[in-house]
Formats: sequence, C-alpha cells, structure tokens
Amino acid sequence: MSNYKAVVIGGSAGSFPLVVKILSSLPKNYPFPVFLALHRLKHIRNGFVEALSLKSNIPVIEPHDKEVIKPGIAYLAPSNYHMYVELGNTIALSTEDMVKYSRPSIDLTFDTASYIYKDKMVGVIVSGANTDGAEGIKRSKERGAFTIAQNPDEATIKTMPDAAIKAAEMDKILSIDEICKFLVSIAN
Amino acid sequence: MELEIDIIDIRKLVNTIKMVYGFDFGEYALSSFKRRLARIIEVYKFDNMADLIEKVRVDKPFYELFLKEVTVNTTEMFRDPSMWKKLKETVFPVVKDYSTIRIWHSACSTGEEVYSMAIALKEAGLYEKARIFASDINEDVIAKALEGKYPARNMELNGFNYEKFEGKLKLNHYFKSTGDYVFMDQDLLRNVTFRKFDLVQGDQTMRFDIILCRNVLIYFNLPLQDQIVGKFAKCTSQGGFLALGSKETIAWCKSVDNYNTFSLEEKIYQRK
Ligand SMILES: C[S@@+](CC[C@H](N)C(=O)[O-])C[C@H]1O[C@@H](n2cnc3c(N)ncnc32)[C@H](O)[C@@H]1O
Repeated sequence: MSNYKAVVIGGSAGSFPLVVKILSSLPKNYPFPVFLALHRLKHIRNGFVEALSLKSNIPVIEPHDKEVIKPGIAYLAPSNYHMYVELGNTIALSTEDMVKYSRPSIDLTFDTASYIYKDKMVGVIVSGANTDGAEGIKRSKERGAFTIAQNPDEATIKTMPDAAIKAAEMDKILSIDEICKFLVSIAN
Repeated sequence: MELEIDIIDIRKLVNTIKMVYGFDFGEYALSSFKRRLARIIEVYKFDNMADLIEKVRVDKPFYELFLKEVTVNTTEMFRDPSMWKKLKETVFPVVKDYSTIRIWHSACSTGEEVYSMAIALKEAGLYEKARIFASDINEDVIAKALEGKYPARNMELNGFNYEKFEGKLKLNHYFKSTGDYVFMDQDLLRNVTFRKFDLVQGDQTMRFDIILCRNVLIYFNLPLQDQIVGKFAKCTSQGGFLALGSKETIAWCKSVDNYNTFSLEEKIYQRK
C-alpha cells in the first residue's frame, strides 16, 4: 500500500456524476478517508448525501462537528458549513463568511487537510464553474500533497480545473476514468 | 489565501492572553481560530504574529477589539427552517400551558435568532407568556440585535427561510424597509432581555425551559463543549429543551445521559 492517508476531492457545477463515478469505483474498505468539498444548492440540507450514497461502495456521511475521522468513509461538507480537518484526527465545522461566494469552501477544506496530511494527501479538482479550489490545491502542493486536476477538455465546465492548473503545477492531469484508476491503485 | 500562521506563535498568543487577561483560547478549535487570527493580521495590517502578540499584551482596548474580531457572528433568521418548524410543531405544544416559558438564546449574535423566536411565539399565540433572555460574549453584536437594523439584501434569504418554516404571514409583516436597511418591529423585543454573557466563564443562575446554543460550540474543542453542555444541564428545567446547530451533537459529552434525544435530525434534546 502507498503511504497516503487521505483523499480530498473538490468540485462544483458538473461534478456530481464524476463524484458518483469515483465513489462507485472505490473498493469497499477503502484504506483512507475521502473528503468531499462540493458546492451544493444553497440552503438545501437534504438529498445530496443520499444521492451520492446510492452507487457508492463506501459510506457517505455529512459529519458532525468534531467527528472522528475513519478510513473507508467519504465525508461530505454539510450544507452551509465549511469543513475543516482539525488536529487530533477530527473534523471541525465552521459558519465563517463565504469564501469565493461559497460555503462550503473548497479552498478551506484543501488548506486545512493539507496542513494535517501534507505529503500524505492526494488532492483532486474536477469540473466547476468558478475558481474555488485553486488556492487550496496550490497550498496543498506547497505542502507536498499529490495534486490532480481533471483534464479541462473533458470537464463539463472547465473553469475550476483550469484555475487549479494555472495556480500550481499539477502532478497529474487526468481523465475521470484515469482518476478513478489512480485512486484505486493507491489502495493496493 | 491568507498568511500561514505557525502553531507555536498561536500557543504564544494564547499563553500571553491567559497570563495578562485570564481568558483561555487554548480550548478553541484550532482551524477556525487560526483563520480568524490571519484575518485580524490582514485587517489591522500587522507584519507578523509577534507584533500582534505584543499589541494584545500591552493594549487592553485592542485586546477587547481582538475578542470581538475573533468571534464568528454569521447568522440568519430561521436558519435551518426545519428546526424552527420542529420547534413550532413539537416543542411549543409541550410548553404551551406553562405559566411562563423561559427561553435563553445563549449565543444570539446580531439577534436574527431572537427575532425568529419572537415571531414564531407570536404566531403560536405564546409570546405574552414568554420571557426571552438573549446573550453573547460580544457586546457589539448585542447592540446590533437591540437596534434590529439589518441590510435589506439579507432579507431575501431570511424570507426564504421563513417561508420554509411555513410562517403564517409574510416576513415583511415584521419589518419596515428604508432603502438599504430594514428595521425590525420593536414590539418583538417587548419580552426580551439582552445581556453580555460568556459561556466559558459565566455562571447562569436562572433556569430555562428552552435553551438555544446554535453554531457556537463548533468553535470549541470537545472538552470545552462538554463543560458548557454540562452547565446547560444544570440550568434547564426538567423536561426543558436544548437546541444545537444542525451539525452539533452532545453525543460525545458526559452529560449526554441527562438528556433524551427529542429530535435527532434537528438536534433538539430534552432534559430528563
Ligand atoms: C456563528 S454565531 C451563531 C449565531 C446563532 N446562534 C446562529 O446559529 O445563527 C456564534 C456566536 O457565538 C458567540 N460566542 C463566541 N464565543 C462565545 C462565548 N464564549 N460565550 C458566549 N458567546 C460566544 C459569538 O460572539 C457569535 O455571536
């Protein structure tokens, strides 16, 4: 097994089917936690986690504040909260102001996760219509994380992967199928 | 993104404040605290953490300002409408025959939560027997709550929440618009008392039938959450309610045994 400890995925408009695909390709008992920082319909609390769970091989939950992080679980940033990876292997939530018009903010999940996991983190940015995530993945890269952007030519909306690629030199630029394969391969 | 802050400097700051002013930020959740510090450094144009620490140490008025800047005050009217609906449909019926209903907003911020409660009580015909206490550690937000003046642009979301709560009227029944601001109907505050209160160090001597503590525990670590929930257990009447934010839980607190889960989905607990 590789020495990674966490996978962080950021996405916005157009990312839903991609994230479903990723979650359905990961094996049961995936050895790392997967953090999902996805923009969502504002103030609609219900439905999203259920929709993501349908085809996922690993449980998808919206964590409570200070929930202990476990491998093999996908943590979806809850509606109207930023999701942080906190010291002590827990998740912390926050209602701080929106960042780039977003709460949850992809930048903030990437920033806090890479602060904790450093080079043991894999960060992935997929389709989206704004530049949230670019700063976060840049910071992640500076801290040694392995960074991946979805190939913008393939993304439904390429603004977000484009911004990520511009902000920092990605370790890989991959199609969604390749991203799935990669995330599976690091578990073996 | 803001400047990177070293955890060692954060510890220095926390120790300085503890020594000079006796307030302990050591139990604040680190990620959000760190972000607030970065913001303060940016807004007040400090060159680095050392300068901020020194300023806080020698300048008491600045420390008071710092305290306010560190708190996160974001709030909405009828935030999580389904919680307010639950309150109206299942909690109000329990307390409706009490001679007085004592309510505490323990982190009221700029008051949106208080006006929401007043409106919900009015529409349920319970306002007259309600005694509402509203407190926060930050005096500036209390002043705003008293004034009841809110940016008009916030009212779209507030109105949207009120509709999902299935209020009886339109939210604009409760405020007057003048240009960029709206002014809440001050009659809603007739039975409301505001005061400054620190959940960490304060001791509550009154007892309450409903306590709201929403979206403030998230800024604390678990031991401090535990301590505060323990204090709530002492000042809640038997059968009284504690309502937390939608993603906060008492599941990991020692005093969990003092409560029954009244609504898991809406994080409403009932004192045994
Ligand atoms: C995010 S606001 C929550 C407002 C409202 N309850 C809601 O859920 O919309 C958090 C509030 O907690 C207050 N606060 C922070 N620390 C506190 C303390 N130690 N004692 C009392 N209030 C505190 C802050 O000043 C802020 O107004």
